[in-house]
Formats: sequence, C-alpha cells, structure tokens
Amino acid sequence: MPSIEEYIPIVGESTIYDLRLITERLKGKVIQHVNSTAVGGGVAEILNRMVPLCKELGADVRWEVIKGGEQFFEVTKKFHNVLHGRREEITQNDFDVFMETSEKNINEANIYGDIIFIHDPQPVALIKKKKENKWIWRCHIDVSNPDQTVWQFLVNFIEQYDSAVFSAPSFSRRLPVKQFMIPPSIDPLSDKNKELPQETIDKILNKYSIVKDKPIITQISRFDRLKDPVGVIDAYLQVKRYVDCQLILAGGGATDDPEGPKVFEEVQELAKKDKDIHILLLPHNDIEVNALQRASTIIIQKSLREGFGLTVAEALWKGKPVVASNVGGIPLQIKHRYSGLLCHSIQGASFALKQLLNSPEYAKKLGQNGREHIKNNFLITRHLRDHMLLFLSLYHKEDIVYL
Amino acid sequence: MEELIKAKEPFRFYTRLHLTELTGLRASTLNQLLGLLREVPDACIYHHTHRFLQQHQYLSPEPPNDFAYWVSEILGEDNLGERLASIDTIQFSTISGLREEIIRTIEEYLKTNTLAKMRFAGEGEEFYFIKSVSFILPTEYTVNDLKEFVEVLKKITIDSIYFHIFEARLRLGKGGNDFSNWIESSIGDKQLAARIARLDPYTHTLEDLRNNLLKIISNRIA
Repeated sequence: MPSIEEYIPIVGESTIYDLRLITERLKGKVIQHVNSTAVGGGVAEILNRMVPLCKELGADVRWEVIKGGEQFFEVTKKFHNVLHGRREEITQNDFDVFMETSEKNINEANIYGDIIFIHDPQPVALIKKKKENKWIWRCHIDVSNPDQTVWQFLVNFIEQYDSAVFSAPSFSRRLPVKQFMIPPSIDPLSDKNKELPQETIDKILNKYSIVKDKPIITQISRFDRLKDPVGVIDAYLQVKRYVDCQLILAGGGATDDPEGPKVFEEVQELAKKDKDIHILLLPHNDIEVNALQRASTIIIQKSLREGFGLTVAEALWKGKPVVASNVGGIPLQIKHRYSGLLCHSIQGASFALKQLLNSPEYAKKLGQNGREHIKNNFLITRHLRDHMLLFLSLYHKEDIVYL
Repeated sequence: MEELIKAKEPFRFYTRLHLTELTGLRASTLNQLLGLLREVPDACIYHHTHRFLQQHQYLSPEPPNDFAYWVSEILGEDNLGERLASIDTIQFSTISGLREEIIRTIEEYLKTNTLAKMRFAGEGEEFYFIKSVSFILPTEYTVNDLKEFVEVLKKITIDSIYFHIFEARLRLGKGGNDFSNWIESSIGDKQLAARIARLDPYTHTLEDLRNNLLKIISNRIA
C-alpha cells in the first residue's frame, strides 16, 4: 500500500501539507467507519485505501464491520436494487429481516467514536446508538429515482443523523439534515491507474491479438444492459464505414445480474460481424484493464445509467479522449468539448468517435484537459481532504469557518 | 540592487479549502432559475460564479460561471449564455451586487425573447444549486519582505492564492486583494501594489496568476 509521501510527485508537496494541516484540527477525535463488508465491493475498496492514509496523516480512524446472515444481505441487496430504480417486490418480511439483524447489531456493535461514519443502508439503523457523538450517513448509491417505500423507511433513520453525503447533486433527495457532495475518487498509484512500462502494454495486446497499427476504441465495463455494449458495437460499426479501427469491450460479468450471461452471449454473437471486435472477459484483472486503457486511442462509456462511472476518471487520468453518455456522475467528470465529448444516442456516440479519430490534435487536447481535471478533482488526495473537512463541518455550522 | 524594505507587519499566508454542500434546490427552466437566484444564500451564488476557477483552472478562458454554461449548453440559449459569461465579475465587490446583475441580465433577455421561457432541461440536466462551505486556515508561512514573499508564493497551493486574491476581495467584502493591500500598507510600495490590484484575476488561470505575480514582484526587487 503506498504511503502518503508517494503522492507528492503527483499532486505536489503543498497539497499534502494542506492535508496534514487540516488533519491536525481533528486531534483527539476518534473517527469510526462502519460498513457491511471488509472485502469486495466499492465501499470496502475505498476504505481499504483511505483508512491507512488517514492514519498516516495523523487521524485516529477505525473501521468496524457489522454482522449479518445470508437472509439479511439478500434483503439489503434487494434494497440496493430498488433504490437504484429497479422494480422488485419488497415485502413486510424483508423489513422484519432487516430490523431483526439491525437490532442484533445495535446491541452488539462496539460504537465508541466521536464521529461515526456509516456507509450505505446496511448499518443505517445503528443511529439508535447515537449519544453526544456526531453521525454521518454516506450514500454510495444513485438514489435519484428510488423506490419510495424503501426510501421512506430509510429516511426515518437518516433524519436522525447530523449530515448525509452523496456522490453527485442529482443523487441527493430533500432531507431535513445537511447534505454534502463528495464524489468518489481514483487512486493514481493503484494497479488500475499506475504508470505501466510499454513492454507490459505490448504483452497484453499480444495476448489478446490486438494490433497496434489501427486505432483502438475501448469500453471497460461489465456485460450489463445498462452499460449498452450492443449500442457500443452499433456506434463502432457506423464509424468503421469511414475509419479502419478496432473495438475492445472488456470487463467482468455481473454475477448478481441474471441477465448478464444473456447480454454476454448477445454481444459475442454481434461481434462475429467484424473481426476487429475483441470481447474480453476480465474479472478482477486491474493491470490488464490499465494496459488496455493506455493502449486505446479513444475510450467510450456509453452507459444508459451510471452510478458514478469512475472508468471515465480512469481513462481521463491516462490522458485519453473520452466519449461518454451524459448520465449519472459522468457530466461531473466531463465538460462537453472541454474535457471530453458527451453524447445521448448511438448516432451521437458514433459522430463523436469519428470526430476524434479524424482530429487527433483536438482529441489530444481533450485528453490533456481531462487529465488535469481528474488531477484537481477526482484523485484520492481530494477525497481525503473532503473527508477531513466533512468531519470538521460537524463542529461548525457557518458557511465560512475560520480554524 | 535596492535594499529590500522590511515590512512593518509580516504577511501570513492562509489557505482556503472548501466542502460542497447540496441544497436540494433545482431549476429546469429560466423562470425557475430566476426564482431561485433571488432566494438562495450568497454562498450559492459564490459557488456557481467561482467554482470554475478552482475546478477548471487549466482552462483559459474558461466558462466563467455555471449559469452561463447551463444556459448555453443545456437550454441552448447561446445569446443569453454569452451575456452571462461576459458579466465582469471583478466590478462587483459584493456577492449581492453580482447576484443582482445576473438576475437583471436574465430578466432583460426574457423581455425580448419570450420563447426562451419555454426551454427546459431534461431529467438529470436540471440546474442544481450548490453552496461552498469555506474553511480558512493559517499556514506556517510568514514573510517580512518581498524576497521572502516570492519564495513562499512559489510553493503555496493554488488554494492559498485563491484565498488571498478572490475570497478576500469578493466574498468577505474587502477591496483589492490581500497581496496588494500588504504591499501598500506594510512595504509602502504603492506603485507595485497598484499594479497587482489592476490584474484581472478572472481572466487568468490560477497558475498563470501565480506566474504573473512572481514576474511582477521579481522584476521589482531585481
């Protein structure tokens, strides 16, 4: 795991100095993160990176994981899906299962921090343990169009918190508590984002029979309808009539999505239309994803819906021009025509791809601007700073705080 | 080389960091935008007219405020977008003055372009009102003369430059900026102070601003 000092060459010494400066103001406060899993999933990934760095900066940060059986996690998975806008039946029994496990956790969880940072709905009921300390509820889900029954059930808990945190303005709801926006981040030193030697990239291109003398268009994402891989192939085929190029669709299968294998089959069938389409199943292979992104001429992210869409940040960080749908957290990462091109349709995506393939200088400029934008706004160091400021905000109600 | 003037009072560099607070308020049309522009707190107007400076500081000239960007890119009202983008932010020493000018510009436009009222943003493309919560902290850097000032100016964050130029000038209702104020009152160099006060910070990126300041002051003490 990299130390905080290793980020200096990327973000500058003064940024790390500022981080230390604000962390000092939290001296004496114990900050306790609580989530539902220590490994696997986006939240655990974030905490595994953030907690050691916070400690190194001098903050007293701990991390607890709640307990729950299979039934509980089945229910929370259903909650997760319907909060994302998917239709599924939720019964009274689901709420009973949720509350039964929550009561056990309320009785057994060791909550002692000055600041309690609860992640997502699974541990939300722990707020019943609130005393004099400060509580934050962090929502990692896009709740812009949630199932109202489940959302209202959660609001009963959320309104007892001191603050709530969302990743994008469109994800927030009207709530009687203060709401802050903290977008997620990428770690420039992780396997997925670190610099790679050209030999590593070439080796991986060879492995998958991808040639270097034709432009490469790549989408990295699960084989999931919401990522619209079929639309990507359509857009690519429209481009191919004018520019000889290759398409890579790479990512893991969605294990919790019953439609996943069907989508994958469909995509494989469509790929037979063109020998330059490469369909790659790459579950959990960060170095390969990194190499494919770096080898690409253009990265596309043509999602129909998106949580935050950090694959866009990953691509921009590598200085790549990106064509992406204007959904979820993507417009926060791309300002149209400044740091990438946004699109709303297959035709729009194909036009943008052609434009970039035919104007390499323009594409290069977009990539450069994109990298700077990610450097200033979506790296883990900004995320650390936001967390520290969020903790400090619990003790200051004014808009301008002098520390 | 002239002898360096020792300042009457040392200059301490501060830094300003911000946290983004969501208000839950959103507009889909120009009328809704106008209504909310009249009632949101100053910290919202501040956020939407200054966010670009820090988040997009590599772009010059960048879209100078979120209202201009949304009106042009989402509503497709390029003419109004251009008018909003041309509001000369530096002419306003208070947020309320700036707010009034934004409101006046939209109202004037709607008088002669009534169809613009019909434009609306699609789902997810609404204008979300956001506000900045600022945290202001002293850094360990204090300087007693212009040579020391230049050395520190080279290494502080752009957030610190931002605080002393923008935050001090506009949001806190102070005239000029902290650098020119100190150079005039503590160093006594009115000419240099005036030169720095004349810089239009809104047409530079923050790194450009740093380089310009370094050039002007270094030339002065050379």
